Amino acid sequence: MSTLPTTGSLLLPAILLSPLLAMLIIVFIPKEEKKLIKIVAAVGTFVAMVFSLYVFFAYNRSLGGMQFTLTIPWVPDIGVNMAFGVDGLSLPMLLLTNLIGFCSIYASWNMENRAKEFFVLLLILITGVMGTFIARDLFIFFLFYEIVVIPIYIMVIIWGSTKRVSKEYAGMKLTIYLLIGSAFLLVALIALYLAAARNGNPTFMFDQLAARQELFSPAFQKVAFGLMLFGFGSLISMFPFHSWSPDGYAGAPTAVSMIHAGVLKKIGGYGLIRLGVYVLPIGASFWAPVIAVLAVCNVLYAAFIALAQKDLKYVIGYSSVSHMGYVLIAIAAMNPTAMNGVVAMMFAHGVMSALFFSMIGFIYEKTHTRNIPDLGGLAHQMPRLAIGFMIAGLASLGLPGTVNFIAEFTIFMGTIKVLPVQAILGIAGIIFTAVYTLRVIANVLFGPRRPEWDHLKDIRGPELIPLVVCGFVIFVVGMFPNILMGLIDTGVVSSGLAKVLETVSQAKMGGLF
Amino acid sequence: MFKEMHDLFQWAWLIPILPFLSFLLIAFVTKRSKGLSSTVSILAILTALGIAISIGIGVIQSGAEIVENPAIVNVNWLNIMGLKINFGTVIDPLSAMMLFVVTLVASMVQIYSLGYMHGDKGWSRYYAYQSLFASAMLGMVLATNLLQLFIFWELVGLCSYLLIGFWFFKVSAREAAKKAFITTRVGDFGLLLGILFLYHRFGTLDFVALSAALSTNLQNVAVAGTVGYVTVMAFLVFMGPLGKSGQFPLHVWLPDAMEGPTPVSALIHAATMVVAGVYLVARMYFLFDASPAVLQFIAGVGAFTAIFAASIAIAQDDIKRILAYSTLSQLGYMMFALGVGSYSGSMFHLMTHAFFKALMFLGAGSVIHAMHEKQNIWDMGGLWKKMPITGWTFFIGVLAISGVPPFAGFWSKDEILANALLNGHPVIYAVGLFTAFLTAFYMSRLFFVAFMGPEKPENHPHESPWAMTIPLIILAFFSVVGGLVALPEHNFAFFVHYGEFEAEAMHWGLAGISVIAGLLGIGLAYTIYVKKTIAAENIVARFPSVYKVLQNKYYVDEFYLWIIHNIMDGVAKILYWFDIFVIDGIINGIAFITRGSAKTLRRTSTGQLQTYAMVFFFAVVVLYLVFAFGEGQLQALNPLATLGGVK
Repeated sequence: MSTLPTTGSLLLPAILLSPLLAMLIIVFIPKEEKKLIKIVAAVGTFVAMVFSLYVFFAYNRSLGGMQFTLTIPWVPDIGVNMAFGVDGLSLPMLLLTNLIGFCSIYASWNMENRAKEFFVLLLILITGVMGTFIARDLFIFFLFYEIVVIPIYIMVIIWGSTKRVSKEYAGMKLTIYLLIGSAFLLVALIALYLAAARNGNPTFMFDQLAARQELFSPAFQKVAFGLMLFGFGSLISMFPFHSWSPDGYAGAPTAVSMIHAGVLKKIGGYGLIRLGVYVLPIGASFWAPVIAVLAVCNVLYAAFIALAQKDLKYVIGYSSVSHMGYVLIAIAAMNPTAMNGVVAMMFAHGVMSALFFSMIGFIYEKTHTRNIPDLGGLAHQMPRLAIGFMIAGLASLGLPGTVNFIAEFTIFMGTIKVLPVQAILGIAGIIFTAVYTLRVIANVLFGPRRPEWDHLKDIRGPELIPLVVCGFVIFVVGMFPNILMGLIDTGVVSSGLAKVLETVSQAKMGGLF
Repeated sequence: MFKEMHDLFQWAWLIPILPFLSFLLIAFVTKRSKGLSSTVSILAILTALGIAISIGIGVIQSGAEIVENPAIVNVNWLNIMGLKINFGTVIDPLSAMMLFVVTLVASMVQIYSLGYMHGDKGWSRYYAYQSLFASAMLGMVLATNLLQLFIFWELVGLCSYLLIGFWFFKVSAREAAKKAFITTRVGDFGLLLGILFLYHRFGTLDFVALSAALSTNLQNVAVAGTVGYVTVMAFLVFMGPLGKSGQFPLHVWLPDAMEGPTPVSALIHAATMVVAGVYLVARMYFLFDASPAVLQFIAGVGAFTAIFAASIAIAQDDIKRILAYSTLSQLGYMMFALGVGSYSGSMFHLMTHAFFKALMFLGAGSVIHAMHEKQNIWDMGGLWKKMPITGWTFFIGVLAISGVPPFAGFWSKDEILANALLNGHPVIYAVGLFTAFLTAFYMSRLFFVAFMGPEKPENHPHESPWAMTIPLIILAFFSVVGGLVALPEHNFAFFVHYGEFEAEAMHWGLAGISVIAGLLGIGLAYTIYVKKTIAAENIVARFPSVYKVLQNKYYVDEFYLWIIHNIMDGVAKILYWFDIFVIDGIINGIAFITRGSAKTLRRTSTGQLQTYAMVFFFAVVVLYLVFAFGEGQLQALNPLATLGGVK
């Protein structure tokens, strides 16, 4: 039993604890002090965002690997370590979580109904999501993952909205999907742990699990990856386990939609790389053809359904399912370029969907409807909101100059080499994405002025924060992609992922001839 | 000398950056002040024009050297495993020509808009979009690699979308903007695939490196299937120009794009953005040149578009729509010129067309301005007298597009037609010639009906302000003299050509034939619409169905709409139904079964002690019976028992 020394950086725990601390302070603030509660929540997430920006730029790219690590043995008997750290794969996700977390506070700035409970739960949710991305230990990863489930359920039930389906149904569906997914995941994790512990040295550490390749037989890898695929696949709304996503987002309050679509579902993609491809490469390459086909279904099937939607949130909900198809097809491509694309796409889609959901949240808050035929001409009364909505829409259809184009292009480049047919079908999705996005933009924002919306006030003050932050990130990274892509590339190369992929692809070639 | 020039060419990046800075400045600082916004925008584009002119002079002075060695600067933009992309600027005669054309027309249009957009609520927004467009278009012209070109290509598409839908409160503008974006996106899908396959195959997208890689690949006969592969890629890449330059069957968006403000139509949908497709084919000519089949295809599509659009233009009554179909037709001209190998001719025509078509659009804008937004040519009449500057400059435009010497269109059109015939494409030559006749006809028709004819008493037209007439005069000047660059020894083709340069003599005989075709068209229009010797109504009455089909643009739009509304939306509805009732149905079914079985089983937990005691009692009885009489069976069930361990 190796007990790792308790050394390292306290920066990541500080990032993790600042929203938690804000949450604890809020608990002691009287519930009438709504303004104060919001300010404390904003400060907590702001500190976390600034720190994670610092980590993002202070990360030594030439060195690579896990940095800002901290390892505290927690349950030494079974090898559980409180291990944190970030590399090029997880750091973008950490930054994304905090960007969106910060924005989600402002998207809920007008929340008056039981504000105290709302912000307490929201901060727990943010902390939980963040924890999964900085964990270097499977046990801790799973722990944070389970923390996430509880606040989501409560928040949908209390602050959600009932449209096509009731909010209770939506919340239930969301939660049960998460739980069933995590149940399968748990089985896979325990099996992985037991298999890895056969050399008498049990561990939950990602890198050590990955280093024990020889202990995982091909058959074991296939089964374990299959279980993981079901678990993480449901989380990332893989076809046909996607139906929670549109209902869930439609039912959830704005902040939950932002965090769920923006980062939470990305735990699925992140897990599939970090645990799936990295630790079980043979299993991953066995399942890759299946993933590729399902991914194409995601892209096209969901894009088509988005065309037939009347509720704004359903459009974006299905659009999110469609975009996750690109993440999945890139995972199936199993090469370093595509893996770069996976992380970039998760980041890009996160920022974009957070902006989209916050803008839709404002529209709903002001007009009390999300039904597209009832809306129209909102650019007359709310030009700033229209700009935000358009930026999100254009990013969604992968316009060059936005970070989403970088991500999509990288994915296409990585995929077309190995899965040409699936890639071409997937790329065809960009046409349909353009169709539904532009239809929504046209029908919601443009057209003749409608007098019934004349009393609406444009977004202003704190409401502008999501637009400013997300818009800035979308364009700056879109114009200077090396800011993000350089880091991700370091992650793919130095984490050993690139090497693993090379070995697998060679093995595959060997199998063919 | 050349060294100094290179130092100058290094500053080419300023040309797109200046309008971009102006865009940022307008968007974030000056948007509340109308005067400042337009000043910033116009100053930026005029400075860019100045740099473009000095670069153009530098290119001419460098002479043959720059033709052989373009000045290229590259900076890394994206660098990850398996994907390295640069951004840079290339200065060669082709890009220098485009820089000049784009900055000139953009400056003229922006100055013109001072008059045309006067009093519009979206003034600052308009100038912000104009600046953004100029920036994107110039960035595209300077691109050193295909991905950079594609990025700016999409951005000019975005600006086109924003400017078509500039008056977003009009439903027609909103729909036209959407249609333009989606239609071009269909083409861009192919272009994107082409880019991906090219990079996958050759590991670079840089034009120079790609060209070199392609030629080594083609020389190496051992690389089997290269030609087939190249054909596929060239075809995919050509899908982009198909959409952007409005070639059949993706031409439907361009006439609708006329919903935008008229100066926008002049700049984006006549002179600059729509020729981006032609420019792309010219830039990637090494790829198309390697695939005769695709060149043939380009020639065919171009020629078809030319005559197809010209035939529609005859039957249109809206002044802007006539010009739009004329643009489509001329784009077809440029495209088939490339297809038949008249590289210089195509680029030459691109330049002259930019001058005279921008001129005519701005002239049309001047007319519409004076007519208070009336666009039907039959509502106009006698405008020449009331608007002399607009009338004269428009007349120059008509003569230029009809190919009357010595106006600009004559030289470029003649070069294309001569090349088509001499390179062995008689059919395309004939189509081109007939199109020239049609062009002269419908343009003269427009001119005669709107500018001559009887005055309409209900109209009170007046000449436009100087901000609008000065750009007209400048563009008219270029429409007159623009073609003369074909004359000197170091002429246009000396600088802009593909492969080895061969000086070609003027084919005066062929030129004569095209001039006759043009004059015939003008003459026919004169007879019908001025002399009225032949009544237009009689012709229409004789071929009612033909006229109807032409007026309805061959029903292509209706066909597409039918596909979109019935097939695409139909599939969407079916899949949505499937998602709700099958996929969700299964999920809810599982939930229902779980809940149902739980409900059933719940009855066993009654909470009554008597029930539990009864169950307990019967269970004991059953167990007793099993143990007492079923020993053998039990043994079979118990694996340990067979080992003799438990008895």
